[in-house]
Amino acid sequence: MRHILVPLYAIIIFLLLWELLVWLNEWPNYKMASPSDIWPAFWKFKGLFFQYGWDTLWRTVVGLFIAVLCGVFLGMIMGFSKVLREAIYPLLVGFNAIPKATVVPIIALMFVGQHNLNTILIAFMISFFPIAVSVSIGLSTLEPEYRDILRSLGASKSLIFWKIALPKTLPEFFGALKVAVTLAFIGTNLMEIVSPHGRGLGALFDSGKTNSDYPLMFAVLIALALLGIGLYYVVVILEKIFAGWAERSTD
Amino acid sequence: MSSYKKKDTIIIKDVTHTYKTETGLLPVIKNLSMSVPENGFTAVVGPSGCGKSTLTKLISGLLQPDEGEVYLSGEKITTPRPSVGMAFQNPVLLEWRSIIKNVMLPLEIVPNKLNSLEKEQRAKQLLSLVGLEGFEQKKPSELSGGMRQRASLCRALVHKPEVLILDEPFGALDAFTREDLWQVMHNLRKEEPFTGILITHDLRESIFLADEVVVLSGRPASKQFFVKVPKSKTPKLESLYSSKSIDMLKSLRKQIEIAQSQQEQNK
Repeated sequence: MRHILVPLYAIIIFLLLWELLVWLNEWPNYKMASPSDIWPAFWKFKGLFFQYGWDTLWRTVVGLFIAVLCGVFLGMIMGFSKVLREAIYPLLVGFNAIPKATVVPIIALMFVGQHNLNTILIAFMISFFPIAVSVSIGLSTLEPEYRDILRSLGASKSLIFWKIALPKTLPEFFGALKVAVTLAFIGTNLMEIVSPHGRGLGALFDSGKTNSDYPLMFAVLIALALLGIGLYYVVVILEKIFAGWAERSTD
Repeated sequence: MSSYKKKDTIIIKDVTHTYKTETGLLPVIKNLSMSVPENGFTAVVGPSGCGKSTLTKLISGLLQPDEGEVYLSGEKITTPRPSVGMAFQNPVLLEWRSIIKNVMLPLEIVPNKLNSLEKEQRAKQLLSLVGLEGFEQKKPSELSGGMRQRASLCRALVHKPEVLILDEPFGALDAFTREDLWQVMHNLRKEEPFTGILITHDLRESIFLADEVVVLSGRPASKQFFVKVPKSKTPKLESLYSSKSIDMLKSLRKQIEIAQSQQEQNK
């Protein structure tokens, strides 16, 4: 029970303080909307919130899914071959160093009008790097004895990968996935805000801006926060299922 | 130096092995010949870095010798083969598997006719032999270092290998735990006879466990000295403090010093 009550009280206190801060300073809602402004703003557009929330969600998940596939593939290549790691790594680092906000308009122009493709691409591009790096490090730091145990029994390379290398890398993989899920979410919203006549919570945020509906913008922020928390905890649950063994019991 | 017999289980015949490093060739083993008879247990001692671990890789087929041959049960070794069981200083248990599933791992790889129930029974039988009864479903992280090493020994033996290769399996344990495990090894040998090679740095361990102790010279390693150790049916730790044992330890110690100084000179 305490697990639920303590965070709940914390959220209520936070909202009260926020409300109080706005009320004491007599800030107008274009400077800072208060929690009491946000609920009406949400209610007014509740249909759009759910519709666009869904758009944002599935684009993020698809982008992340592609990032996992490509990231794991790249990570495997780099983890197993030193030569390929030396070849690919600088390219990856360089690509990752480019702030994705600068890539957004390029992609938006490249595939103009294809909002789904645009958004998924950015979500993917921003989030595959940590996955690739963590998988490659997990594989390349596998202690040689682990391999020798199976190799001395005549196990094939793929058997060693499935029995040992893959499960051993899972904790690192999920650590990276927690970072990647947040990044993918950022990527989705970047594109949704920039892409004209698009859909998704980012587009709703942008329309709040053009219509000077400031409480709407704040309401979108809250919706994004909720969606982000949800996505994050889905990864946490998956981690518990597939890599729960890595957690040391603390009792 | 060909002191081996044709029917010995492990035969190492004039083996030479050289590593190619960036700074040139590094000969680690030179003209090494030794053999272990069936159900024999030989300890190999020598200075640090003299090529002992390379020797284990040559016997298990993970490495091929540049010259000479290695035979297991009369067959020349060219690739790794399932008739070998290995345990290292690091127990390398898979943390995501329970202890019993760890022990059963070789049975998933080595071809065998056991069904899943028989595999489990086989693993359980070994675990109780080393005193891990009741720990079958625990995760490796819940066990102490000594217990993990016991489980690792079970895994090395579960598929009834012809040859057991132990590369300093007790090196990282504290002195008392190590002595416990020496007794475990004696139990295992009695119940599950195997032919084995034990790499170790501990001279007391070598004479307590093995029938024969081979001292390797400094790098490149060859057989410098060997001594047969008479064994009683029920070896006791006290026997290590008998004058016979102490004399043996002294002569082994002397041989190690010779090997060490030789390795220094060869640097």
